[in-house]
Amino acid sequence: MSAPARTREQDERGPADPRDPAPGRADSAVSLHRSTGSAVDTLRRGLSLSPEFARGLWLTLAFAVAATVGKVVVPVAVQQIIDNGITGTGGPDLGFVARMVAVCAGLLVVTMACSYLMNVRLYKATESGLATLRRKAFRHVHDLSVLTQNSERKGALVSRVTSDVDQISTFMQWGGILLIVSAGQLLIATTLMAVYSWQLTLVVWVCFLPLLFGVRWLQGLLSKAYLKVRENTGDMLGVIGETVMGAAVIRAHGTEERTARRIDTTVLATRRSQVRAQRLSVAVSPFAEIVSAVGNTAVVLLGVWLGLDGDLTAGRLIAFLFLMTLFIQPMMMATEIFNEAQNAIAGWRRVLGVLDTVPDISDPGEAGTVLPRGPVRVDFDRVTYSYPEGPVVLDDVAVAIEPGTRVAVVGETGSGKTTFVKLLTRLMDPERGTVLLDGTDLREIAFSSLRGRVVMVPQEGFLFDSSLGDNIRFARPESTDAELRAAIADLGLDEWLGSLAHGLDTPVGQRGESLSAGERQLVALIRAYVADPDLLVLDEATSAVDPHTEMRIQRALDRLTRGRTSVAIAHRLSTAEAADRVLVFDDGRIVQSGPHAELVSRPGVYADLYASWVRSSA
Amino acid sequence: MAQGTATAGERTGEDADDSSAAHRGVFGRGMKVLWTAARTEPWIFSVAVAGAMLHAAVTVASASVLGYLTDHTVIPAFERGSTTAAALVAAAALLMAVGLGKAAGIAVRRMLAALMQFRLQARYRRAVARKYLELPLSWHHRHPTGQLLSNANADVEAAWQPLAPLPMAVGSVFMLVIASVAMLVTDPLLAAVAFVVFPLLVVVNVVFQRRVSPMASRAQALRAEVSGVAHESFDGALVVKTLGREDTETERFTESAHRLRDALIQVGRMRSLFDPVMEALPNFGVLAVLLLGMWRLSTGAIEPGDLVQIAFLFTLLSMPIRSFGWILGDLPRSVVGWDRVQSVLRSEGSMGHGTSTLDGTGGLALSARGVVFSYADSYDSDGRDLMSDDADAPRTTVLDGVDLDIDPGRTVALVGPTGSGKSTLTTVLMRLVDPDEGTVSYDGTDVRDLARDQIPRHAALVPQSTFVFEDTVRGNVTLGEDIGDEQVWAALRLARADGFIAELDGGLDAPLGEKGTTLSGGQRQRLALARAVVREPRLLVLDDATSAVDPQIEAQILAGLRERGTSATVIVVAYRRATIELADEVVYLERGRVLARGTHAELLETSAGYNRLVTAYERASAENDAAGAPVPEAPAPVDPTRRAAVRGDDLTEETSR
Repeated sequence: MSAPARTREQDERGPADPRDPAPGRADSAVSLHRSTGSAVDTLRRGLSLSPEFARGLWLTLAFAVAATVGKVVVPVAVQQIIDNGITGTGGPDLGFVARMVAVCAGLLVVTMACSYLMNVRLYKATESGLATLRRKAFRHVHDLSVLTQNSERKGALVSRVTSDVDQISTFMQWGGILLIVSAGQLLIATTLMAVYSWQLTLVVWVCFLPLLFGVRWLQGLLSKAYLKVRENTGDMLGVIGETVMGAAVIRAHGTEERTARRIDTTVLATRRSQVRAQRLSVAVSPFAEIVSAVGNTAVVLLGVWLGLDGDLTAGRLIAFLFLMTLFIQPMMMATEIFNEAQNAIAGWRRVLGVLDTVPDISDPGEAGTVLPRGPVRVDFDRVTYSYPEGPVVLDDVAVAIEPGTRVAVVGETGSGKTTFVKLLTRLMDPERGTVLLDGTDLREIAFSSLRGRVVMVPQEGFLFDSSLGDNIRFARPESTDAELRAAIADLGLDEWLGSLAHGLDTPVGQRGESLSAGERQLVALIRAYVADPDLLVLDEATSAVDPHTEMRIQRALDRLTRGRTSVAIAHRLSTAEAADRVLVFDDGRIVQSGPHAELVSRPGVYADLYASWVRSSA
Repeated sequence: MAQGTATAGERTGEDADDSSAAHRGVFGRGMKVLWTAARTEPWIFSVAVAGAMLHAAVTVASASVLGYLTDHTVIPAFERGSTTAAALVAAAALLMAVGLGKAAGIAVRRMLAALMQFRLQARYRRAVARKYLELPLSWHHRHPTGQLLSNANADVEAAWQPLAPLPMAVGSVFMLVIASVAMLVTDPLLAAVAFVVFPLLVVVNVVFQRRVSPMASRAQALRAEVSGVAHESFDGALVVKTLGREDTETERFTESAHRLRDALIQVGRMRSLFDPVMEALPNFGVLAVLLLGMWRLSTGAIEPGDLVQIAFLFTLLSMPIRSFGWILGDLPRSVVGWDRVQSVLRSEGSMGHGTSTLDGTGGLALSARGVVFSYADSYDSDGRDLMSDDADAPRTTVLDGVDLDIDPGRTVALVGPTGSGKSTLTTVLMRLVDPDEGTVSYDGTDVRDLARDQIPRHAALVPQSTFVFEDTVRGNVTLGEDIGDEQVWAALRLARADGFIAELDGGLDAPLGEKGTTLSGGQRQRLALARAVVREPRLLVLDDATSAVDPQIEAQILAGLRERGTSATVIVVAYRRATIELADEVVYLERGRVLARGTHAELLETSAGYNRLVTAYERASAENDAAGAPVPEAPAPVDPTRRAAVRGDDLTEETSR
């Protein structure tokens, strides 16, 4: 009755989770490590991650052993009373029975208490362990560059710290406890049976072993059937989602009929696969009933025959029939327990996959250099970068940026400007060459120093679902409201703050949806100002903004970049015009560099870009 | 989905209030839901119950068989040291018969219970999804995407969850009745023990369910919270990382994870107590039966077999009684799920259609007369849906008497500030919604008199937020209509989508959507445009449909539309000056009214509002399009909650601009 051995065989056929996208897809540059150890290894590694699992386990197991004794109190009482109370030598012996019942009742109370203690301890240990696992996985995800480079995997990563852990939790609390109890139940029942009659014990096991194998076989079929159910359900929900999310398109193009047919097809397919899976799952119960009927018959016939020779008493035979009921429940639950165990192992494996992924950007930590304050000098020393198995996106780029310079980066999509900025902020490390800040290799700078001095304002000024003040304070949690107001005033935005009904306490909504796109950008700029960096890296937003907010953004940007080194991916002409220097990227290289006025008058990529802008807005 | 389930959990938390009156209410309503199920599938339900009853009867019989065998086979054999072949054969036959009866009963009961559950799930999922198709777009606008998805999935599932153990529970009631009769017949005094123990088991079950279900709902809500924190934190990863705030984020997440842990341990504590008590109670009963039975035995009132029979019944009955607990546990969620499903199914407002047809060719003559449109403020300040279908709800007027005549073949730009009603006007013109007052007519025919298929056949809209179906490129363009590949390619070419489609693995057969290629925002818009033009509509409405497309490509697309042989009427909601200038004339909207109309040059002169707006656009877009840096085609949002937000904007235009 070993669950891990069972699941190992299953897992060799590969993971059965449709939510997990296939690895190595062309569009996913960064992929997670895939944990592939055996089920036992997976469990051992998983359990070792959180010390809470093992803490006090021996005492819990001791309670478990004591608790299982409770299972056989009644069969023993029945045997004793029949053999010694009723058919005993002196005829019915009421006094003996009373004593017996009293002892058994006492035992029941004790084992009940043990059972309660075992359960509580298991719940506490597993939930505490899983909370720790969640925390570790969450933190690790943040350390991975996957998050910043491959937004499509975010949903999958969220399920690593939520539903995958929930799956383990479900197993631990239901299947895991049942597994322990059932194993103990079978063990103690078998032991007691063997004491009563080894021949009958053999008969019982001979009857139940085929059931055990049958269950294992069925479980293989069942997990395939469940996979089909999940696939069909996914398709069905996809189509139902279309009726909601594609409501306008469906109506505008009049495709209601076709969609209705798709609904019918997928709903029916789901129902069919559910029924098919259920058929397999149901098969276990009648099978178990028949096996136990055969067992009962064999025990009674053989028991009577043994009894004739005086090898067995009536009480023991009846007790056997009581004990056999202890066999049925674990067998009937076995498929479900195995199924849960398999899901749990798959969950563990996915969580371990995250934890086993080595962060490609590592913090030198204590050993790292701490940069002094003041405007930063930036050097790119022959930097090359290409995504794994992808084309070269940055090709031998060398550039020096003097302290306090405002730099604008322009170029077509795919020209390498985003990669340039990611390397500059150490969201990635170069494949070849070095990025230096004030002459120090970026890789040698402690994160605490780097993140304090280099701040990036991403294109989407992401806001958390809390107040405006909290979102600004995110950059520097210790800042007071007064400091925040001062910062807002410094950027010339006090009038804007005044226009908000609740000022700093204004709730921004999920992802900042309660604010306009332009206001979200403003918050991101204030946040960067509060962080007070020496090198500011900007990826300008592209979304159109009403003219009034646009002016505010310009003003805030101007004040924010004053006295700092700044590098901005420019989508606005004004940014390029105002910059001290424009770097023009084309096909992974810097093809032009200089102030706007100089570049625009020379034939080249920049002049072309400028001309086409003039055309489109003339 | 996780989100949907979570909401279900949260609301159950409120419903599973401790007051017993509310609880009785849930029980009563739950029974009605189950009764509906039984009436929907009467045959399946009856056979499932018959199976359960067979199982119940045979289970009780098995105890009697054991008692009988004890008295007539086992004890005589052991006492006399001999037995007869007849006695043994009888014993074997009885035991096997009991086993087969139980097997048959359990197989029928479980299979049909599940069949009933799945059939009802399928029936209601289909009904809800089809209702979504039927309900007008205005209804969709009032309901968040996440909620609708959860209505069709989690709520339907929850509604029918108690069906799985239902036949077993009915069988258990039957089993209790016949077991009581059997015991009364055997020995009234021993039966009295059962009359104490069994009700006690039921009471423990009910008490447990009532105490644990609010705790479980709380845990469910906390699960959603943990998930929410993780979602948000990972979404904001760039901000978290670049500001070096990983530690505080981990702390925030850990706090939430610890709240969940504590809630789950609380639930666990209840379960830890419940399981041993449920197991020990029948055992105490058996001990009491043994003690009392011994005394009855000594007075000769019963046989040893009677004692064995009753003791065995106790061990058999404790499991079926648990099925009451399962149903009770599922009922509150079932009632909530059912109510939500019903509120969808009861929603009204399917759009009526006439029988008229249009037979013109070339551009369509479009006219709007006195169009007024308002919508109920369905969200309160916290974003909660007020489901304000009632007439008293506050309403916001979006279109306030719009008159508009557009001659066939004209290209008209709709221009106006945020909230002026441009997008709403396009949905009214396309009859995705009907106006409160006024009429829209095509070639002089009121659109409400047109047959159902007429508008899609003659007009096409490309909305602000596009939607890509889980289908191939071809399927996404043709939407199942019989259109040749050549035409599809021509449409893709016109939409400037042929380039990136040709590069896809499989070309027109390349799958799109979650399981296939993910397109960028600009690519999606171009695909949606191809979807519209492939039908060669006589009226083409573009609602800012090229916002994520590079301005030069946009210009090419618009030029291509004008150069086409068939001169369709085109309405384009525009922001960029270049786009506006491609139009024959401009209609300037403000606060739901047409304030000015004429060519771009004329309006610059005559309308101060227009002038202000367009020069502002010009400045913003000039800066935006700096040096031709193309607007990066950011991947369109895939998160359903975001989609909801985007969709909500179709009418309100609150954000984005």
